[in-house]
Amino acid sequence: MLDFYRRLYRTIRPSSGDDESEVRADGGVVSDGPAADPPTEPDRDATARLKSALDRRFGSDFMESSIFWLPPFLLMGLFVYGAVIWNLLISLTDYQRFENAPDYSDLDFEMYTRALADSGFVDAAVNTLILLVLFTAGTLVVGLLLAILIDRGIRFENSFRTVYLLPMSLSFVVTAQFWLWIYNYNNGIANSVIGTFGLGPVSWLGNQDIVLYAIIFALMWQFSGYAMVVYLAGLRAIPREHYEAAKVDGASTLKMYWRVIIPQLKGATISAAVVLMVFGMKAFDFLYSLVGGYRPPNGADILATKMVREAYANLNWAYGSAIAIVLFAMALGVIGPYLVYEYRRDNL
Amino acid sequence: MSDEELRTDGGATTTTARLRRNLDQMTAEDAGLYVVLIFAAAFYLVPIESGLVTSFKTGTAIIETAPFAPPGPSGFTLEKWQTAIDALLRGMGNSLLYAVPATVISAVVGSVTAYGLTIPTWKKSYKAVVLMLIIAGIFIPYQAVLVPLTQFWSQWAQLDQVLSFVWALGVSNDYAGIVELVITHVAYGIPICTLLFRTYYKTMSEEMIESARLDGATLRRVYRRIVLPLSGPMFAVVLIYQFTQIWNDLLFTLVLVSTESSPAAPVVLILAGLGTSLEGQDFALRMAGAFFAALPTLAVYIFFGEEFADGVAA
Repeated sequence: MLDFYRRLYRTIRPSSGDDESEVRADGGVVSDGPAADPPTEPDRDATARLKSALDRRFGSDFMESSIFWLPPFLLMGLFVYGAVIWNLLISLTDYQRFENAPDYSDLDFEMYTRALADSGFVDAAVNTLILLVLFTAGTLVVGLLLAILIDRGIRFENSFRTVYLLPMSLSFVVTAQFWLWIYNYNNGIANSVIGTFGLGPVSWLGNQDIVLYAIIFALMWQFSGYAMVVYLAGLRAIPREHYEAAKVDGASTLKMYWRVIIPQLKGATISAAVVLMVFGMKAFDFLYSLVGGYRPPNGADILATKMVREAYANLNWAYGSAIAIVLFAMALGVIGPYLVYEYRRDNL
Repeated sequence: MSDEELRTDGGATTTTARLRRNLDQMTAEDAGLYVVLIFAAAFYLVPIESGLVTSFKTGTAIIETAPFAPPGPSGFTLEKWQTAIDALLRGMGNSLLYAVPATVISAVVGSVTAYGLTIPTWKKSYKAVVLMLIIAGIFIPYQAVLVPLTQFWSQWAQLDQVLSFVWALGVSNDYAGIVELVITHVAYGIPICTLLFRTYYKTMSEEMIESARLDGATLRRVYRRIVLPLSGPMFAVVLIYQFTQIWNDLLFTLVLVSTESSPAAPVVLILAGLGTSLEGQDFALRMAGAFFAALPTLAVYIFFGEEFADGVAA
């Protein structure tokens, strides 16, 4: 990187007259590219040289193509990374209540120590981890089973697939209404189903020890169709010979899937798991709609809901930002390795 | 995010071959397979079906009939749908007002961005950095940007004042929230749209573009004449995916529009609070509202199911 700046400097430095060998293969397109500085007359040569230096450094189309990707990239970078950095700054202030803007002159980690001392925060963090792990694992297993069943050359394959994926097209706000009704104590389906087995009505959303799992189940219902679609694509990419070879070797169907097929679905598993974890972290919409407010049922508070509640209901802006940073760090812990993995596989 | 082809032509023929083979020898095992599949289908449909029948029930029918049974003729009512539509209709309009522009803009921008990052040749390692930053943007938990977003729209970019000439025409100035939603959704939609288009552009014939470039076509010309006309199928996928995402999103509307009583309140915001009152929850009304709010995405899903599946699988 340092080397790059050195070369950059060398090219824009006012030349001492020995630039007769300047290569300008496509100097004619200069006006097309978004030149870094508006090319005033004496600068013109320098910009052209800068452009060719950049092109040499980054590849022949770098400058010409930047008009396509750079402005959207900057807009998105500002809203995503700019906002995350800003959020980090806010989390170091004491910004709260109706103050118009945070006071950036006095920065400390007070909000983070406060979080560690807040039992509500610790509970929410634990719940978030439970939700992420169980929801992701459960959804993957259900999705894989469905994908294997569907891939066995059944009739009406498309209809089944459409039905399984249907919940995914619905909003969290909508599915929360359905599940609120299913988990209803007196008239809900959940209680009438377990009632047929002689199990007594359960207060699914009222019991602190159960509610989180009830919610995980509802989320699995909504997203296992997604896992199925991803696995189905993975299964279709496996050459048929692998199935036949396993058959010839005399492996049972179960053994064939376990030993031969599932190991080949590693890529599909990883990408589905990452997406599902991110959906899990976004379960805020579901929990908010379940109760129609910022406070989810007792025992089901996760970082996503806690953050929004602290900031927008209690107006503890800085504290909310600190929780958001923790959530962001968790997300980064999942995405970072994933992106590196994809890059190594040359799959970006 | 994965590169696996959804289905190659070869795969399709083996599927039909397998199908034929299976039909010839329908065994007990196969029958068991279908039973499992139908049970699974029931599992996915029952919550939806139960919601649908409940939305037509009167208060007494809700208590007396099973939650998944249809209401008898005496317990049938359209009253809840009437109430739900009355409450949500303005929200539908507001949602369309930001969902449609945001969807179209983010799809176009995503296509252009993906083109700039896929077809032109520049160093792979630098491209990878840009791509990583963009792809990571898909996975950001939005909580991490909420407070700055609120700050930005309330203190830095006060659309409320910029658009004062619009309010002078008699439009409620709450609609500034709608404009903010469009811009916000476009900004956060760029990553996923770019990724979707990129997976598609990577499969484009290189020779065709190479030869056009050798003939001296600029990148802009290549995009307009070759890439864009071939992007149709992917535009369908991206538009459908984005529309569903934006229509369904609650968090940004909650933060940027804030109250369900606002004239600019989107449908999800009104729905989240619908049917809750001090006397308890009116489930029939909630179900009717849920279905009404889901109608656009359901319609999109039913008519464009294939594209939706492609979008989520990418």
